[in-house]
Amino acid sequence: MKYLDEYRDGELTRKLLAEIRQTVTQPWKIMEVCGGQTHSIIKSGLDQLLPPEIDLIHGPGCPVCVTPLELIDKAIALASRPDIIFTSYGDMLRVPGSDRDLFSVKAAGGDVRIVYSPLDALKIAQQNPHKMVVFFGIGFETTAPANAMAVLQAKNQGIENFAMLVSHVTVPPAITAILESPQVQVNAFLAAGHVCTVMGYWEYEALVGKYRVPVIVMGFEPVDIARAILMCVQQLENGEARVENAYARSVEQAGNLPAQSIIKQVFETTDRAWRGIGVIPESGYRLKDTFQQYDAELRFPEIQVINPHESSLCISGLILQGLKKPNECPAFGKECTPQSPLGATMVSSEGACAAYYQYGRYTSSLEK
Amino acid sequence: MCLGIPGKVIEIYQANDMIMGKVDFGGVIKEACLEFIPDIRVGEYTIIHVGFGISKLDEEEAMRTLEMLREMEMLADELPELNQGLSA
Repeated sequence: MKYLDEYRDGELTRKLLAEIRQTVTQPWKIMEVCGGQTHSIIKSGLDQLLPPEIDLIHGPGCPVCVTPLELIDKAIALASRPDIIFTSYGDMLRVPGSDRDLFSVKAAGGDVRIVYSPLDALKIAQQNPHKMVVFFGIGFETTAPANAMAVLQAKNQGIENFAMLVSHVTVPPAITAILESPQVQVNAFLAAGHVCTVMGYWEYEALVGKYRVPVIVMGFEPVDIARAILMCVQQLENGEARVENAYARSVEQAGNLPAQSIIKQVFETTDRAWRGIGVIPESGYRLKDTFQQYDAELRFPEIQVINPHESSLCISGLILQGLKKPNECPAFGKECTPQSPLGATMVSSEGACAAYYQYGRYTSSLEK
Repeated sequence: MCLGIPGKVIEIYQANDMIMGKVDFGGVIKEACLEFIPDIRVGEYTIIHVGFGISKLDEEEAMRTLEMLREMEMLADELPELNQGLSA
Protein backbone atom coordinates (compact mmCIF):
# COMPACT_ATOMS: atom_id res chain seq x y z
CA MET A 1 0.00 0.00 0.00
CA LYS A 2 1.19 3.47 -0.87
CA TYR A 3 2.84 5.34 2.04
CA LEU A 4 3.23 2.08 3.97
CA ASP A 5 5.39 -0.18 1.78
CA GLU A 6 8.09 2.43 1.13
CA TYR A 7 8.55 2.85 4.86
CA ARG A 8 8.95 -0.91 5.38
CA ASP A 9 11.98 -1.10 3.08
CA GLY A 10 14.46 -3.53 4.68
CA GLU A 11 17.51 -2.17 2.85
CA LEU A 12 16.80 1.40 3.95
CA THR A 13 16.23 0.24 7.52
CA ARG A 14 19.56 -1.65 7.52
CA LYS A 15 21.41 1.44 6.28
CA LEU A 16 19.87 3.52 9.05
CA LEU A 17 20.87 0.86 11.60
CA ALA A 18 24.45 0.96 10.28
CA GLU A 19 24.44 4.73 10.70
CA ILE A 20 23.19 4.32 14.29
CA ARG A 21 26.06 1.87 15.01
CA GLN A 22 28.52 4.39 13.63
CA THR A 23 27.12 7.19 15.78
CA VAL A 24 26.67 5.55 19.17
CA THR A 25 29.61 5.56 21.64
CA GLN A 26 27.95 5.01 25.01
CA PRO A 27 24.82 3.48 26.63
CA TRP A 28 21.53 5.34 26.19
CA LYS A 29 18.05 4.56 27.49
CA ILE A 30 15.38 5.70 25.03
CA MET A 31 11.66 5.38 25.73
CA GLU A 32 9.15 4.83 22.96
CA VAL A 33 5.97 6.11 24.54
CA CYS A 34 3.36 4.49 22.29
CA GLY A 35 2.40 0.84 22.64
CA GLY A 36 1.61 0.55 18.92
CA GLN A 37 5.21 1.55 18.25
CA THR A 38 6.43 -1.02 20.81
CA HIS A 39 4.66 -3.69 18.78
CA SER A 40 6.16 -2.39 15.53
CA ILE A 41 9.68 -2.44 17.07
CA ILE A 42 9.36 -6.00 18.41
CA LYS A 43 7.59 -7.30 15.29
CA SER A 44 10.28 -5.94 12.95
CA GLY A 45 13.08 -7.14 15.26
CA LEU A 46 14.56 -3.64 15.58
CA ASP A 47 15.10 -4.22 19.32
CA GLN A 48 17.51 -7.05 18.45
CA LEU A 49 19.19 -5.27 15.54
CA LEU A 50 20.11 -2.10 17.41
CA PRO A 51 23.60 -1.87 18.92
CA PRO A 52 23.76 -3.12 22.54
CA GLU A 53 24.38 0.43 23.82
CA ILE A 54 20.79 1.35 22.99
CA ASP A 55 18.18 0.13 25.44
CA LEU A 56 14.62 0.78 24.29
CA ILE A 57 12.33 1.26 27.29
CA HIS A 58 8.68 0.58 26.57
CA GLY A 59 6.40 3.37 27.76
CA PRO A 60 2.86 3.62 29.15
CA GLY A 61 1.22 4.57 25.83
CA CYS A 62 -1.35 1.81 25.75
CA PRO A 63 -4.79 3.16 26.71
CA VAL A 64 -6.19 -0.36 27.05
CA CYS A 65 -3.44 -1.14 29.57
CA VAL A 66 -3.81 1.99 31.71
CA THR A 67 -7.62 2.11 31.90
CA PRO A 68 -8.17 1.81 35.67
CA LEU A 69 -9.41 -1.50 37.02
CA GLU A 70 -12.36 0.24 38.69
CA LEU A 71 -13.63 1.42 35.29
CA ILE A 72 -13.19 -2.06 33.77
CA ASP A 73 -15.28 -3.42 36.65
CA LYS A 74 -17.88 -0.69 36.01
CA ALA A 75 -17.91 -1.58 32.30
CA ILE A 76 -18.49 -5.23 33.21
CA ALA A 77 -21.34 -4.26 35.58
CA LEU A 78 -22.97 -2.08 32.89
CA ALA A 79 -22.52 -4.69 30.16
CA SER A 80 -24.20 -7.31 32.37
CA ARG A 81 -27.47 -5.36 32.51
CA PRO A 82 -30.26 -6.54 30.20
CA ASP A 83 -31.33 -2.95 29.41
CA ILE A 84 -27.88 -1.99 28.07
CA ILE A 85 -26.04 -2.65 24.82
CA PHE A 86 -22.37 -2.21 25.67
CA THR A 87 -20.11 -1.12 22.79
CA SER A 88 -16.33 -1.02 22.79
CA TYR A 89 -13.18 -1.12 20.70
CA GLY A 90 -12.29 -4.82 20.42
CA ASP A 91 -9.10 -4.64 22.47
CA MET A 92 -11.01 -3.98 25.70
CA LEU A 93 -12.94 -7.25 25.72
CA ARG A 94 -10.16 -9.46 27.09
CA VAL A 95 -8.81 -6.93 29.60
CA PRO A 96 -9.13 -8.64 32.99
CA GLY A 97 -11.36 -6.97 35.57
CA SER A 98 -11.29 -8.01 39.21
CA ASP A 99 -13.17 -11.24 38.56
CA ARG A 100 -13.83 -11.51 34.82
CA ASP A 101 -13.65 -9.66 31.50
CA LEU A 102 -16.16 -8.18 29.03
CA PHE A 103 -15.73 -11.19 26.77
CA SER A 104 -17.06 -13.51 29.48
CA VAL A 105 -20.05 -11.17 29.92
CA LYS A 106 -20.71 -11.55 26.18
CA ALA A 107 -20.29 -15.33 26.41
CA ALA A 108 -22.83 -15.40 29.24
CA GLY A 109 -25.40 -13.67 27.01
CA GLY A 110 -24.67 -9.99 27.65
CA ASP A 111 -25.15 -7.69 24.65
CA VAL A 112 -21.53 -6.61 24.15
CA ARG A 113 -20.63 -5.39 20.66
CA ILE A 114 -17.28 -4.52 19.15
CA VAL A 115 -17.29 -1.34 17.10
CA TYR A 116 -14.63 0.05 14.77
CA SER A 117 -15.64 3.69 15.24
CA PRO A 118 -17.60 5.57 17.95
CA LEU A 119 -20.01 6.65 15.21
CA ASP A 120 -20.93 2.96 14.83
CA ALA A 121 -22.01 2.94 18.50
CA LEU A 122 -24.19 5.95 17.77
CA LYS A 123 -25.81 4.08 14.85
CA ILE A 124 -26.57 1.14 17.17
CA ALA A 125 -28.29 3.61 19.53
CA GLN A 126 -30.44 4.93 16.66
CA GLN A 127 -31.36 1.39 15.62
CA ASN A 128 -32.26 0.34 19.21
CA PRO A 129 -34.30 3.23 20.67
CA HIS A 130 -35.64 1.08 23.53
CA LYS A 131 -32.20 0.14 24.83
CA MET A 132 -29.47 2.24 26.35
CA VAL A 133 -26.23 2.10 24.36
CA VAL A 134 -23.04 2.68 26.37
CA PHE A 135 -19.74 3.21 24.55
CA PHE A 136 -16.41 2.61 26.34
CA GLY A 137 -14.65 5.90 25.49
CA ILE A 138 -11.01 5.11 26.03
CA GLY A 139 -7.89 6.38 24.33
CA PHE A 140 -5.21 9.03 24.10
CA GLU A 141 -5.43 12.37 22.29
CA THR A 142 -5.49 10.50 18.95
CA THR A 143 -8.90 8.99 19.74
CA ALA A 144 -10.35 11.88 21.77
CA PRO A 145 -11.62 13.91 18.75
CA ALA A 146 -13.51 10.87 17.38
CA ASN A 147 -15.09 10.09 20.75
CA ALA A 148 -15.91 13.79 21.23
CA MET A 149 -17.61 13.85 17.82
CA ALA A 150 -19.84 10.91 18.81
CA VAL A 151 -21.02 12.80 21.92
CA LEU A 152 -21.54 16.03 19.98
CA GLN A 153 -23.51 14.18 17.30
CA ALA A 154 -25.66 12.50 19.98
CA LYS A 155 -26.51 15.95 21.31
CA ASN A 156 -27.06 17.57 17.91
CA GLN A 157 -29.23 14.71 16.66
CA GLY A 158 -31.14 14.40 19.96
CA ILE A 159 -30.08 10.77 20.52
CA GLU A 160 -30.88 10.28 24.19
CA ASN A 161 -30.22 6.56 24.63
CA PHE A 162 -26.46 6.97 24.24
CA ALA A 163 -23.84 7.42 26.96
CA MET A 164 -20.08 7.14 27.21
CA LEU A 165 -17.96 5.55 29.94
CA VAL A 166 -15.04 7.94 29.64
CA SER A 167 -11.47 6.95 30.44
CA HIS A 168 -9.38 9.35 28.37
CA VAL A 169 -5.70 9.87 29.12
CA THR A 170 -3.15 12.36 27.79
CA VAL A 171 0.53 11.85 27.02
CA PRO A 172 2.52 14.92 28.19
CA PRO A 173 1.56 14.56 31.91
CA ALA A 174 2.65 10.89 31.77
CA ILE A 175 6.03 11.86 30.28
CA THR A 176 6.42 14.48 33.01
CA ALA A 177 5.59 11.86 35.67
CA ILE A 178 8.27 9.55 34.23
CA LEU A 179 10.83 12.38 34.17
CA GLU A 180 10.00 13.28 37.78
CA SER A 181 10.23 9.68 39.00
CA PRO A 182 13.46 9.00 40.88
CA GLN A 183 13.42 5.33 39.79
CA VAL A 184 13.10 5.85 36.06
CA GLN A 185 16.17 6.90 34.10
CA VAL A 186 15.33 7.79 30.52
CA ASN A 187 17.73 9.82 28.35
CA ALA A 188 15.33 10.60 25.51
CA PHE A 189 11.77 10.09 24.28
CA LEU A 190 10.34 8.90 20.98
CA ALA A 191 6.97 10.69 20.91
CA ALA A 192 3.83 9.01 19.59
CA GLY A 193 3.28 10.09 15.98
CA HIS A 194 -0.50 10.03 15.91
CA VAL A 195 -0.94 11.75 19.27
CA CYS A 196 1.27 14.50 17.81
CA THR A 197 -0.74 14.46 14.56
CA VAL A 198 -3.69 15.66 16.63
CA MET A 199 -1.97 17.77 19.32
CA GLY A 200 1.18 18.95 17.52
CA TYR A 201 4.53 18.92 19.28
CA TRP A 202 4.76 22.45 20.64
CA GLU A 203 3.84 21.12 24.11
CA TYR A 204 7.15 19.23 24.27
CA GLU A 205 9.29 22.35 23.84
CA ALA A 206 8.79 23.25 27.52
CA LEU A 207 9.60 19.68 28.64
CA VAL A 208 12.79 19.65 26.59
CA GLY A 209 13.82 23.00 28.05
CA LYS A 210 13.16 21.96 31.64
CA TYR A 211 14.51 18.40 31.66
CA ARG A 212 17.13 18.60 28.88
CA VAL A 213 15.95 15.44 27.09
CA PRO A 214 15.62 15.07 23.31
CA VAL A 215 12.10 14.34 22.05
CA ILE A 216 11.70 12.92 18.54
CA VAL A 217 8.25 12.65 16.96
CA MET A 218 8.19 9.15 15.44
CA GLY A 219 6.11 7.29 12.86
CA PHE A 220 5.10 3.64 12.94
CA GLU A 221 6.99 1.81 10.19
CA PRO A 222 10.52 0.35 10.50
CA VAL A 223 12.13 3.11 8.38
CA ASP A 224 10.35 5.79 10.45
CA ILE A 225 11.47 4.15 13.69
CA ALA A 226 15.10 3.60 12.67
CA ARG A 227 15.31 7.18 11.41
CA ALA A 228 13.85 8.60 14.64
CA ILE A 229 16.28 6.54 16.74
CA LEU A 230 19.18 7.79 14.60
CA MET A 231 18.10 11.42 15.09
CA CYS A 232 17.75 10.73 18.80
CA VAL A 233 21.23 9.16 19.12
CA GLN A 234 22.78 12.02 17.13
CA GLN A 235 21.32 14.53 19.59
CA LEU A 236 22.35 12.50 22.64
CA GLU A 237 25.93 12.01 21.39
CA ASN A 238 26.21 15.74 20.61
CA GLY A 239 24.84 16.72 24.02
CA GLU A 240 21.82 18.38 22.44
CA ALA A 241 18.18 18.37 23.58
CA ARG A 242 15.65 19.51 21.00
CA VAL A 243 12.24 18.53 19.69
CA GLU A 244 12.60 17.04 16.21
CA ASN A 245 9.91 15.80 13.86
CA ALA A 246 10.70 12.49 12.15
CA TYR A 247 7.10 12.01 10.97
CA ALA A 248 6.55 15.19 9.00
CA ARG A 249 4.29 13.58 6.40
CA SER A 250 1.57 13.45 9.08
CA VAL A 251 2.61 15.83 11.89
CA GLU A 252 2.73 19.61 11.98
CA GLN A 253 3.99 21.62 14.94
CA ALA A 254 0.53 23.05 15.71
CA GLY A 255 -1.25 19.73 15.18
CA ASN A 256 -4.78 19.34 13.81
CA LEU A 257 -6.69 22.45 14.91
CA PRO A 258 -10.27 21.30 14.09
CA ALA A 259 -9.60 18.08 16.07
CA GLN A 260 -8.22 20.04 19.03
CA SER A 261 -11.19 22.37 18.88
CA ILE A 262 -13.76 19.57 19.30
CA ILE A 263 -11.76 18.09 22.21
CA LYS A 264 -11.99 21.50 23.94
CA GLN A 265 -15.68 21.79 23.12
CA VAL A 266 -16.66 18.42 24.64
CA PHE A 267 -14.00 17.47 27.21
CA GLU A 268 -12.19 19.14 30.09
CA THR A 269 -8.98 18.17 31.85
CA THR A 270 -9.19 16.04 34.98
CA ASP A 271 -6.93 14.01 37.28
CA ARG A 272 -6.92 10.40 36.10
CA ALA A 273 -5.87 7.11 37.68
CA TRP A 274 -3.62 5.00 35.41
CA ARG A 275 -3.81 1.27 35.99
CA GLY A 276 -0.59 0.03 37.58
CA ILE A 277 0.80 3.55 37.97
CA GLY A 278 -1.65 5.55 40.11
CA VAL A 279 -3.21 8.99 39.84
CA ILE A 280 -1.40 11.44 37.56
CA PRO A 281 -2.62 15.05 38.02
CA GLU A 282 -4.46 16.59 35.06
CA SER A 283 -3.68 13.58 32.88
CA GLY A 284 -7.11 12.83 31.47
CA TYR A 285 -10.31 14.16 29.97
CA ARG A 286 -13.87 13.99 31.28
CA LEU A 287 -17.07 15.27 29.69
CA LYS A 288 -17.87 18.93 30.31
CA ASP A 289 -20.95 19.81 32.39
CA THR A 290 -22.92 20.68 29.25
CA PHE A 291 -22.57 17.04 28.10
CA GLN A 292 -23.27 15.43 31.52
CA GLN A 293 -26.34 13.58 30.28
CA TYR A 294 -24.00 11.48 28.09
CA ASP A 295 -21.73 10.51 30.99
CA ALA A 296 -22.42 6.83 31.78
CA GLU A 297 -21.05 7.15 35.33
CA LEU A 298 -23.52 9.96 36.11
CA ARG A 299 -26.35 8.28 34.24
CA PHE A 300 -25.95 5.04 36.21
CA PRO A 301 -24.87 6.21 39.69
CA GLU A 302 -26.10 2.91 41.13
CA ILE A 303 -23.16 1.13 39.46
CA GLN A 304 -20.64 1.06 42.29
CA VAL A 305 -17.56 -1.11 42.26
CA ILE A 306 -16.77 -2.90 45.47
CA ASN A 307 -13.19 -3.81 46.26
CA PRO A 308 -11.43 -3.89 42.88
CA HIS A 309 -8.42 -6.21 43.12
CA GLU A 310 -5.48 -7.00 40.82
CA SER A 311 -3.76 -10.33 40.36
CA SER A 312 -0.99 -10.61 42.98
CA LEU A 313 1.38 -12.10 40.35
CA CYS A 314 1.07 -9.31 37.74
CA ILE A 315 3.85 -6.69 37.52
CA SER A 316 2.26 -4.65 34.71
CA GLY A 317 2.63 -1.44 36.72
CA LEU A 318 6.42 -1.83 36.68
CA ILE A 319 6.33 -2.67 32.98
CA LEU A 320 4.21 0.37 32.13
CA GLN A 321 6.68 2.62 33.95
CA GLY A 322 9.62 1.10 32.09
CA LEU A 323 11.10 -0.39 35.28
CA LYS A 324 10.86 -4.03 34.12
CA LYS A 325 10.77 -5.81 30.78
CA PRO A 326 7.90 -8.30 30.21
CA ASN A 327 10.20 -11.35 30.15
CA GLU A 328 11.53 -10.43 33.60
CA CYS A 329 8.11 -11.28 35.07
CA PRO A 330 7.96 -14.76 36.69
CA ALA A 331 4.41 -15.27 35.39
CA PHE A 332 5.25 -14.30 31.76
CA GLY A 333 4.23 -17.09 29.37
CA LYS A 334 3.37 -19.35 32.31
CA GLU A 335 0.38 -18.26 34.41
CA CYS A 336 -0.03 -15.28 32.06
CA THR A 337 -0.58 -15.62 28.29
CA PRO A 338 -2.74 -13.71 25.76
CA GLN A 339 -5.32 -16.51 26.08
CA SER A 340 -5.57 -16.10 29.86
CA PRO A 341 -3.97 -12.75 30.74
CA LEU A 342 -3.38 -11.67 34.34
CA GLY A 343 -2.84 -8.04 33.35
CA ALA A 344 -3.88 -5.70 30.58
CA THR A 345 -0.34 -5.46 29.14
CA MET A 346 -0.70 -9.10 27.98
CA VAL A 347 -3.93 -8.32 26.13
CA SER A 348 -3.99 -5.72 23.52
CA SER A 349 -2.38 -5.12 20.17
CA GLU A 350 -0.17 -2.64 21.97
CA GLY A 351 0.56 -4.11 25.39
CA ALA A 352 4.30 -4.73 25.80
CA CYS A 353 3.79 -8.23 27.29
CA ALA A 354 1.57 -9.25 24.35
CA ALA A 355 4.27 -8.05 21.92
CA TYR A 356 7.01 -10.02 23.72
CA TYR A 357 4.82 -13.13 23.78
CA GLN A 358 3.64 -12.86 20.18
CA TYR A 359 7.12 -12.31 18.72
CA GLY A 360 9.03 -14.76 20.89
CA ARG A 361 11.04 -12.60 23.31
CA TYR A 362 10.66 -15.33 25.92
CA THR A 363 13.86 -14.75 27.87
CA SER A 364 15.81 -11.60 28.53
CA SER A 365 19.01 -13.35 27.31
CA LEU A 366 17.53 -13.29 23.79
CA GLU A 367 17.27 -9.53 23.96
CA LYS A 368 20.44 -8.69 22.07
CA MET B 1 -5.05 1.86 19.71
CA CYS B 2 -3.42 4.90 18.16
CA LEU B 3 -2.78 3.12 14.89
CA GLY B 4 -3.72 4.95 11.72
CA ILE B 5 -3.73 3.73 8.16
CA PRO B 6 -3.01 5.87 5.09
CA GLY B 7 -5.74 5.78 2.47
CA LYS B 8 -6.79 7.68 -0.65
CA VAL B 9 -10.01 9.73 -0.55
CA ILE B 10 -12.16 8.71 -3.52
CA GLU B 11 -15.46 10.43 -2.69
CA ILE B 12 -16.58 13.27 -0.40
CA TYR B 13 -20.14 14.02 0.74
CA GLN B 14 -22.16 15.48 3.65
CA ALA B 15 -24.11 13.40 6.18
CA ASN B 16 -25.65 14.64 9.46
CA ASP B 17 -23.82 17.96 8.96
CA MET B 18 -20.48 16.16 8.86
CA ILE B 19 -18.01 15.92 6.00
CA MET B 20 -17.85 12.21 5.21
CA GLY B 21 -15.97 10.30 2.54
CA LYS B 22 -15.07 6.98 0.99
CA VAL B 23 -11.46 6.03 1.52
CA ASP B 24 -9.53 3.40 -0.46
CA PHE B 25 -6.99 1.37 1.53
CA GLY B 26 -5.25 -0.55 -1.23
CA GLY B 27 -8.54 -1.87 -2.64
CA VAL B 28 -10.57 -2.02 0.59
CA ILE B 29 -13.05 0.86 0.65
CA LYS B 30 -14.40 2.22 3.95
CA GLU B 31 -16.46 5.19 5.00
CA ALA B 32 -14.73 7.79 7.17
CA CYS B 33 -15.51 11.12 8.80
CA LEU B 34 -13.38 13.88 7.25
CA GLU B 35 -14.64 16.70 9.48
CA PHE B 36 -11.17 17.28 11.01
CA ILE B 37 -9.51 17.67 7.60
CA PRO B 38 -12.05 19.95 5.90
CA ASP B 39 -9.78 21.01 3.01
CA ILE B 40 -9.05 17.45 1.80
CA ARG B 41 -9.84 16.82 -1.89
CA VAL B 42 -10.68 13.67 -3.82
CA GLY B 43 -7.42 11.95 -4.84
CA GLU B 44 -5.49 13.10 -1.76
CA TYR B 45 -4.24 10.81 1.02
CA THR B 46 -5.28 10.89 4.66
CA ILE B 47 -4.46 8.90 7.78
CA ILE B 48 -7.57 7.25 9.21
CA HIS B 49 -7.94 6.42 12.90
CA VAL B 50 -11.16 4.80 14.29
CA GLY B 51 -13.08 5.98 11.24
CA PHE B 52 -11.82 9.59 11.27
CA GLY B 53 -9.28 11.35 9.06
CA ILE B 54 -6.74 12.87 11.46
CA SER B 55 -4.30 14.33 8.95
CA LYS B 56 -3.97 15.20 5.32
CA LEU B 57 -0.88 13.23 4.34
CA ASP B 58 1.80 15.58 3.06
CA GLU B 59 2.81 13.74 -0.11
CA GLU B 60 5.65 16.15 -0.98
CA GLU B 61 7.09 15.70 2.48
CA ALA B 62 6.74 11.90 2.21
CA MET B 63 8.73 11.95 -1.08
CA ARG B 64 11.34 14.36 0.33
CA THR B 65 11.97 12.11 3.35
CA LEU B 66 12.41 9.03 1.18
CA GLU B 67 14.68 10.86 -1.27
CA MET B 68 16.78 12.17 1.59
CA LEU B 69 17.10 8.70 3.08
CA ARG B 70 17.97 7.17 -0.29
CA GLU B 71 20.70 9.79 -0.75
CA MET B 72 22.06 8.78 2.61
CA GLU B 73 21.93 5.19 1.38
CA MET B 74 24.06 6.10 -1.66
CA LEU B 75 26.50 7.85 0.64
CA ALA B 76 26.71 4.73 2.80
CA ASP B 77 27.44 2.64 -0.31
CA GLU B 78 30.28 4.97 -1.21
CA LEU B 79 31.74 4.80 2.28
CA PRO B 80 32.11 1.06 2.96
CA GLU B 81 33.23 1.59 6.54
CA LEU B 82 29.69 2.75 7.37
CA ASN B 83 28.54 -0.78 6.65
CA GLN B 84 30.80 -2.37 9.23
CA GLY B 85 28.92 -4.67 11.52
CA LEU B 86 25.93 -4.80 9.22
CA SER B 87 26.32 -8.53 8.67
CA ALA B 88 26.42 -9.23 12.41
